[in-house]
Amino acid sequence: MAELQTHGAHAVPMNLLEAVNRALVRAMAEDDSVVLLGEDIGTNGGVFRATEGLKAQFGFRRVMDTPLAENLIAGLAVGMASQGLKPVAEIQFMGFIYAALEQILSHAARLRNRTRGRLSCPLVIRAPYGGGIHAPEHHSESTEALFAHIPGLRVVMPSSPSRAHGLLLAAIQCPDPVIFLEPKRLYRLKRLPVVADGEPLPLDTCFTLRTGDDLTLISWGAAIHETLGAADQLAAEGINAEVIDVACLNPLDRDTLVASVSRTGRAVIVHEAPRHGGMGAEIAATLANQALLHLRAPVERVTGYDCPMPYFQLEQHYLPNVERIVAAAKRTLVY
Amino acid sequence: MRTDHDHRRVAGYKTMAMIRHFDKKAVNLQRTGRLGTYASCLGAEAIGTAAGLALTRDDYFVPYYRDHATLYLRGVPLHQILQYWGGDERGNAFPADSDARRDLPYCVPIATQLTQAAGIASAAKLRHKHAAVLATCGDGATSRGDFYEALNVAGVWQLPLVVLINNNQWAISVPRGLQTACASLADKAVAAGIPGVQVDGNDLDALLKVLDDALERARAGKGTTLVEAISYRLSDHTTADDASRYRKASDLHRAWQNEPVRRLRDTLAESGLWDAQRETDWQQQCERTVEEAIDTYLNLPPAPATDMLDYLYAALPAALRDQRAALAALNQEVRHG
Ligand SMILES: Cc1ncc(C[n+]2csc(CCOP(=O)(O)OP(=O)(O)O)c2C)c(N)n1
Ligand SMILES: [Mg+2]
Repeated sequence: MAELQTHGAHAVPMNLLEAVNRALVRAMAEDDSVVLLGEDIGTNGGVFRATEGLKAQFGFRRVMDTPLAENLIAGLAVGMASQGLKPVAEIQFMGFIYAALEQILSHAARLRNRTRGRLSCPLVIRAPYGGGIHAPEHHSESTEALFAHIPGLRVVMPSSPSRAHGLLLAAIQCPDPVIFLEPKRLYRLKRLPVVADGEPLPLDTCFTLRTGDDLTLISWGAAIHETLGAADQLAAEGINAEVIDVACLNPLDRDTLVASVSRTGRAVIVHEAPRHGGMGAEIAATLANQALLHLRAPVERVTGYDCPMPYFQLEQHYLPNVERIVAAAKRTLVY
Repeated sequence: MRTDHDHRRVAGYKTMAMIRHFDKKAVNLQRTGRLGTYASCLGAEAIGTAAGLALTRDDYFVPYYRDHATLYLRGVPLHQILQYWGGDERGNAFPADSDARRDLPYCVPIATQLTQAAGIASAAKLRHKHAAVLATCGDGATSRGDFYEALNVAGVWQLPLVVLINNNQWAISVPRGLQTACASLADKAVAAGIPGVQVDGNDLDALLKVLDDALERARAGKGTTLVEAISYRLSDHTTADDASRYRKASDLHRAWQNEPVRRLRDTLAESGLWDAQRETDWQQQCERTVEEAIDTYLNLPPAPATDMLDYLYAALPAALRDQRAALAALNQEVRHG
């Protein structure tokens, strides 16, 4: 379990987008093998402005506007990474990452293994994911479980500016391929203090955002926001929820989750993705296996429904909200 | 005496003027929070209109996301186009009696519609239909594998397919020159062994000629044609974009000199097919029609939340009944709460 360090002498207020941008700047300044590639990331600074100013600062050779082709972007990144560059590729929206799946699954994730360590693939693929911003069709998906299922990949989903900053630095330094999914709904939500001292955060641990003895709320990415809201509401009713941000979905820090639930006896897993085959199932299975005798209620899941992310008229019905989380928490308490 | 061609041109002009007005209003609706992100077709009116006029009821249309004019001509009501961009999948449920009844819906993942269009063309060919498939895409789309893969199979199978590129010079912020070193996008046909044609995308007459020929060639079993319509995106990429970050005002200004609507109006006026009175009357008609469409759109009943599950499978699987019930219960609370 990593301690949260959001305050300190060097803390600077940033929103999540700025935190990503500052991490990219620092990584590029410190290591000239770090290069960026993607659609509209140069002059336009990315459609969300995550790469704003980077082309001006580092030049078009290190900040590459690619032709419009995701499979190309992933293939280029695999090739670059195999020969010592540190490509940080942007897929404009997670909904457009699927053409790149073959490169990610069959190559990036397997290169080290297939060559018995002769080659490796230290790339980062960043993509904004998730709903809640009234976006067009295919711009709001949360399909992290697809990637978490691929051995050899790391899947990271920050939920705050400081974790976005520290985890992205870690992802770029990491010798393994990392899928870095950014919660676009939180991009500009608020500015929070970030210690921008260049220290990466660990990629192998959950973050306990709030301690409590009555139950454990487990979530990641954008849904952390509603999960913390639910914890507040429960606290107002005298119920103390522990809140764990999983942050790194693969490899998964099972120890922190098992230790917490072994203590509280109750768990609610919250994710935006569909329920069936989602990461909640993996975590629930882990808890059933390693904390069974401590459980005082069945593990609950509050998730998206088992349908594609609906176009935005219905997205608020789809996304887990505070009420659904609180209701699930109470089901575990009265069981 | 007016020829059929004259009638078609006048009808084309009327559609282009209607869609230009619609487009302006749609952008306004987005700016006032009553529509989602919208892809404007400003500058693409001639391309979309020519496509709609060249297609027959038996043909198939496979659009991308800027083809409002074509869908309108295929019989999709304007309020339904707004419904789609308003975040409601029901906008893609094109009327069963319209020419669009079998057409594919708006396509957002770039170029993915093109391989599907090749599939539709294969189906039409297998069934010996006298029909063609027209699929559209942007200049950026020509960089994707799907584009090459579709052209390649269409060439080797001699499919009744026309791929129409709306080369508006930009893929969001990436200019045409950064997509490919090919001298023209039409040149990309060479690798597929099919004809590639460039046409002025701001000239309705030229577009009609090229598309009529290409579609007729497809219907006659003579195979696939790639058409590159050269135009200019006069709008931002979508309402979520700010083109002033990457595009020179002077370039935009120059492009306006050649914009398709005024150009056709001037040509029609020169040949006595249009005049100031007709223009005033038609603009009023455009305003009324678009106003009505907006009114209808704004008064559509909201979709029930259970819609997200009800169209997923032919019949709701037993495994989803609990989720549907939960959703229905929450939806009731939302509606009555
Ligand atoms: C596969 C995929 N990648 C990225 C996007 C995001 N995106 C939407 S439109 C666009 C540019 C498309 O340019 P072009 O093909 O020229 O069509 P235009 O919008 O200019 O008509 C991009 C990158 C997408 N929709 N689909
Ligand atoms: Mg374009």
